[in-house]
Amino acid sequence: MLHLDELEAQSVYILREAYSQIDPLAMLWSLGKDSNVMVWLAKKAFCGHVPFPVVHVDTGKKFKEMYEFRERFATEWNLQLITGDCPPVEEVDATLPPAARSAARKTLGLKALLNEHGFKGVIAGIRRDEQATRAKERVFSPRDESGTWDFRDQPPEFWDQYKTDFPPGAHIRIHPLLHWTEIDIWRYIERENIPVVPLYFAQDGKRYRSLGDQDITSPIDSQAATLQEIIEELATTTTSERAGRAMDHEREDAFERLRASGYM
Amino acid sequence: MSPRLPLGSEREALKIVIVGHVDHGKSTLIGRLLYETGSLPPGKVEELKAASARRRMAIEWSFVLDAFQAERDQAVTIDTTQIWFKTAARDYVIIDAPGHREFLKNMVSGAAAADAAVLVVDAAEGVREQTRRHGYLLHLLGVRQVAVAVSKMDLVDYDEARFAEVSREISHYLGEIGVVPTFIVPISGRDGDNVAVNKAAAGQDTGQDTGKNDLSMAWYDGPSLLKALERFQSVTRSIDQPLRFPVQDVYKFDQRRIIAGRIESGILRAGDRLLFSPSNRTARVKAIEVWNGDAECLEARAGQSVAITLDEQIFVERGEMASHEELPPMLSTVFRATLFWLAQEPLEVDRTYKLKLGTREARVRVQSIERVIDTDTLAGNPADRVERNGVGEVVLRCREILALDEYRDLARTGRFALVDDYDTVAGGVISMEGYPDQRHAFGVKSENLTSVEHRVTAPHRTERNGHCGGVLWFTGLSGSGKSTLAMAVEQRLFNKGYHVYVLDGDNVRGGLNANLGFSPEDRAENIRRVGEVAGLFADSGVICISAFISPYRADRQRARAATKGGFHEVFIKAGLEACERRDPKGLYRKARAGEIADFTGISAPYEPPSQAELVVDTESADIEDSVRQVVDYVERNFARHCNPGKA
Repeated sequence: MLHLDELEAQSVYILREAYSQIDPLAMLWSLGKDSNVMVWLAKKAFCGHVPFPVVHVDTGKKFKEMYEFRERFATEWNLQLITGDCPPVEEVDATLPPAARSAARKTLGLKALLNEHGFKGVIAGIRRDEQATRAKERVFSPRDESGTWDFRDQPPEFWDQYKTDFPPGAHIRIHPLLHWTEIDIWRYIERENIPVVPLYFAQDGKRYRSLGDQDITSPIDSQAATLQEIIEELATTTTSERAGRAMDHEREDAFERLRASGYM
Repeated sequence: MSPRLPLGSEREALKIVIVGHVDHGKSTLIGRLLYETGSLPPGKVEELKAASARRRMAIEWSFVLDAFQAERDQAVTIDTTQIWFKTAARDYVIIDAPGHREFLKNMVSGAAAADAAVLVVDAAEGVREQTRRHGYLLHLLGVRQVAVAVSKMDLVDYDEARFAEVSREISHYLGEIGVVPTFIVPISGRDGDNVAVNKAAAGQDTGQDTGKNDLSMAWYDGPSLLKALERFQSVTRSIDQPLRFPVQDVYKFDQRRIIAGRIESGILRAGDRLLFSPSNRTARVKAIEVWNGDAECLEARAGQSVAITLDEQIFVERGEMASHEELPPMLSTVFRATLFWLAQEPLEVDRTYKLKLGTREARVRVQSIERVIDTDTLAGNPADRVERNGVGEVVLRCREILALDEYRDLARTGRFALVDDYDTVAGGVISMEGYPDQRHAFGVKSENLTSVEHRVTAPHRTERNGHCGGVLWFTGLSGSGKSTLAMAVEQRLFNKGYHVYVLDGDNVRGGLNANLGFSPEDRAENIRRVGEVAGLFADSGVICISAFISPYRADRQRARAATKGGFHEVFIKAGLEACERRDPKGLYRKARAGEIADFTGISAPYEPPSQAELVVDTESADIEDSVRQVVDYVERNFARHCNPGKA
């Protein structure tokens, strides 16, 4: 089997497991390249349908291109879109470094939204190769009632037998892209012709490699203005994908703390 | 636009797990491997130095992977992780697995995903408890290619004799479980010796002067560890094996009934006739559905997640296993398994767990523990429990019939997980050694039979008899009134001119089923035969009433399938309390006293019908009333112009 076909088949399997075993279920749609691939894979899994709501947790600080993209493709892809707001930064744990604290607004926004709609599971587009604590994730990753990730005691996961039994109150994060890498995502976007926000393509020598809030995300130096050029750039770079995401670099444990408390 | 580069978009990524005893240098080896192959991002080495210095350590390569604070602070890998790197030859996913016995479940999670493994053994410490256990588990998890890295050679002064000694020790152990290591490589993770290149063996491999004595392991002329990785074969799914397509879900999209799942082995083609086990239904593949595809899909292979439609609307649900008719899975209610146990609470005889076998879920009971394997000595010892992190050979029994394969024939459908409450507590592989292959006992498999068409058809019989044939399948607890009611209904219908006959324990157990006892599988077989016979009676135009407890939905479902239309499930409803009060045969008393095992309602479950055609509540209605309800039902549904296919 071709590499991309294998990745796709595994993701489709995971999405179908989630849909079969967890109800009610939602998918996080951050509008980034990974979550667009994820919506696309859902359409593959469910014969052109996305049979659960997609959720955009809106910090209110995204790029205008992202909002435009959301409005256009929510309609074009026939998505059941739910948006949720985030509380102001003053309500977030003040011991976090500034950018992490700002990013943690999204965690609180997500929790509020999960509570409001009673979702038992949310599908999130994180990947192992993005960040070292994400590399230790499970495909079906349980969270306790307060949304905390107990990374010291994760469930065993083997032979595609995922954890689908939980005590009341717990919920589950499902990660159908965990086994993909950044370059896999771009190759798949190219192969399948999946739309993405234009900010990923270089303009005046700069492009965004990862999209977050405007004030804590920086573009990288790049000439890659087409999909093919992005793929070529990634084949040779050794810089990490999230180099432009300020909250990852403030303190050694900043991202681990964010994730333990429920960040994606 | 720049020319399209051969970026290897379809290059394979080989998944390699690094295992071994705690502190034998697994994470260090990986960190060093990434460094030597230029896979670390700029600034990473400085970052590692800083993180190490904060903990008053020399540069700690393991921090590349040990991302959690707790892991760094305690210098131990807690959870499995994955990291990517590439060489000119191919892409790799390196899976780091913790070596501490506390984290065996995490080791298993990492190792089960791998195509190949590197078993790391400390040159100074030699083979230890977790070295053996990991070696054993690799074998059990199905990782067939194993290379050995004898690490920390710097701590034994690069001593060739010590290397030979450790090599012998590990080769001997692996040989006992049938694993032959591809290479055994002496390395030093600290200095990078033999990690990416064997500097001593091939000066030409590296032009750089490392400034240290590169002849420290001049005696070793084998490949570096990286070279050993390059020689692993990529693992491809065999398409030559029999088709196994477990049903993952059934969707109703756009007025179509779509069966979704992943093909675990073999090839599925449009037009193939599929057998669904254990329900034993068949239908043809009408189409393989592809969203956003260019062309019609005629064939799908092992590894693909597909969605298909069938030419007939047969009842199929998650958990069924589709195969081709000529190479079906085995059907059994009992199987032997070798399993690894991960829970704090030990596995014990008579305890029940939830089995997850592919997409099938069912309760299983531990019938016996044959032996517990000491992974140090490989001795098998009798035991009454399997402790945490132990390996045992057990016999598991299920009330329902399972479609399964032997692990050694078809690995992907011959392995399972067990769940206790909310937790995955075990993984295991299936062996049917000592159990008869029942593939020829169930289903229509006799090859030399061709069905001859009857010249007398159902309409002829209906015309002659004045009513159509069918089955009234009574089900209910012992003492609910099934037999009493069956006999009374038989007489009433006979008097009204119906052709009617009752099947019950008395006329079946003595002859047709004389060879069956009361074990769960014999009971299931008893019901299966009654279902088949009732179906024949119905076919011959008779109204056949069967009066058996038949506690399991799956068994009744099978009886329904055995009747070609005209099957009517009649729930004879009475609460356990009422039945126990009646206790016409004194059976409840005996069951309560423990004299009868597996008694429905007391020590074995009863699954009430969810969609019975008729429910007769014998607690609220007296016998005359109950008889009238059934007879009225028959007069409404078995009249001359009935439609036997309706029910």
